[in-house]
Amino acid sequence: MLVPSPWRADFPAIATLQRQDQTYLDNAATTQKPQALLDAISHYYANGAANVHRAQHLPGAHATQAFEDSRSKVAQWLNAGGSGQIVFTHGATSALNLLAYGLEHLFNAGDEIVVSALEHHANLLPWQQLAKRRAATLVVLPLNDDGVIDLTAAAELIGPRTRLLAVSQLSNVLGAWQPLQTLITTAKAHGALTVVDGAQGIVHGRHDVQALGCDFYVFSSHKLYGPDGVGVLFGRNEALHHLHHWQFGGEMVQQADYHSASFRPAPLGFEAGTPPIAGVIGLGASLDYLSSLDQPAVIAHEAALHEYLLRGLKARNGVRVLGSPQVALVSFVVEGVHNADLAHLLTEQGIAVRAGHHCAMPLLKAMHLSGAIRVSLALYNDSDDLERFFEALDQALDMLR
Amino acid sequence: MSLPVEAVAALEAFQAVGSWEQRARMLMQWGERLPALPAEDKVDANLVQGCESLVWLVGQLHDGHWQFAASSEARMIRGLVALLLARVNGLSAAELQAVDLPDWFNQLGLSRQLSPSRSNGLNAVLQRMRALSLIQN
Repeated sequence: MLVPSPWRADFPAIATLQRQDQTYLDNAATTQKPQALLDAISHYYANGAANVHRAQHLPGAHATQAFEDSRSKVAQWLNAGGSGQIVFTHGATSALNLLAYGLEHLFNAGDEIVVSALEHHANLLPWQQLAKRRAATLVVLPLNDDGVIDLTAAAELIGPRTRLLAVSQLSNVLGAWQPLQTLITTAKAHGALTVVDGAQGIVHGRHDVQALGCDFYVFSSHKLYGPDGVGVLFGRNEALHHLHHWQFGGEMVQQADYHSASFRPAPLGFEAGTPPIAGVIGLGASLDYLSSLDQPAVIAHEAALHEYLLRGLKARNGVRVLGSPQVALVSFVVEGVHNADLAHLLTEQGIAVRAGHHCAMPLLKAMHLSGAIRVSLALYNDSDDLERFFEALDQALDMLR
Repeated sequence: MSLPVEAVAALEAFQAVGSWEQRARMLMQWGERLPALPAEDKVDANLVQGCESLVWLVGQLHDGHWQFAASSEARMIRGLVALLLARVNGLSAAELQAVDLPDWFNQLGLSRQLSPSRSNGLNAVLQRMRALSLIQN
């Protein structure tokens, strides 16, 4: 095999899927889980579940310890150091909604919120709706032909009225890294808050929130080989002061009377109710697993696979790749073939890829496409997976053309 | 309830199919036989929401019998819609209410096309058909 994955056996679902003749190439949607995560969740439930930050009993202490250990592991993964706090939410979407509601008081009529043309709905709609609530203006940064935010346009569009910049680190459709450093510096120069949607970016390589200099960084556990139902919000200490409490309930409160209450600061003040305890512990286990891998080898493997995928697609007649994907995924359309038909025939052949608008309807509309097929990679994929995909693609195109 | 002639033909054709390739080819053939929908019917009001591809569906009662017409820009869903129309066109209002459409696709060996994870829109087409039949009933 040209590109084998030394980590494939660490993910038991891959073997199961293979027995069902399924080739999983929809990793930008969610990933399979390492055995280490399954063990951690099973261990937690088998050894005594308990609520966190409440009880003084021993199971409660164990659960709280494991939960807080995960918080430290996430902070380490992002190199947050003492610069900020890690808040656990129920997903990247809820983290972004927390920001859009918790920061709402900062916006007045005519203020500007800047996003980019490639945002996933999760990093578009919360801001779009915030703009509507406050009569603020949503400014959309255009892209260049490579699917990268146009910095010349951005330099003009980010200005004194900009209160907040919210952009993706890595596009879930175009697979292109975005020039965060420049955008963040520009936004900061105008006194704007900066939010990075790291849902795709976090999965590829290591990122340092202190070096990035953003105020908030958001990602979801399940795309990073962790359990679903857990999101992460990193907030810089200074920026967290702006964040108002949003959801109210158990454990986020300091003092409560019938008619008034005071609330805890971050992180606990933003974790109302029982958090996804098992999920957070599982994410910690996934991070331990990922930390144990040879990071440069993972990056090299992903780059080799991506190159293999891109070259194979470009060698095929009529295939048009969207943008200039750099890592992780490739989206494409085929001339004269409807993406729904192609998706149908790939599914028939056991190829699990994503078809449609990829939760980025405005982007697809701007490209005058009704949809596209997206192949997305993970560290456990190998070149045999891609060969099976190519075979199925050729077979499907034979039938459709 | 006796099956419409077209439905009998569909059942014979699809039950004889052995491989997924044959089934897919047959679906495309059925889709190609679907009469073109007049341009005036291809309007937003007739668009079925919830499909990955555009699907238009119109239906009318003629002398107590349903006559549906449909179109799609994607060939597989067009084939599925053709098979749906083969089963329902000509039915009375009461018969249309009674017909078990998921079972119809099951008999054709196409039940997987109706699973909740399939985004091809066949489920949405069935719901739209039900809504149309209730409005005009």
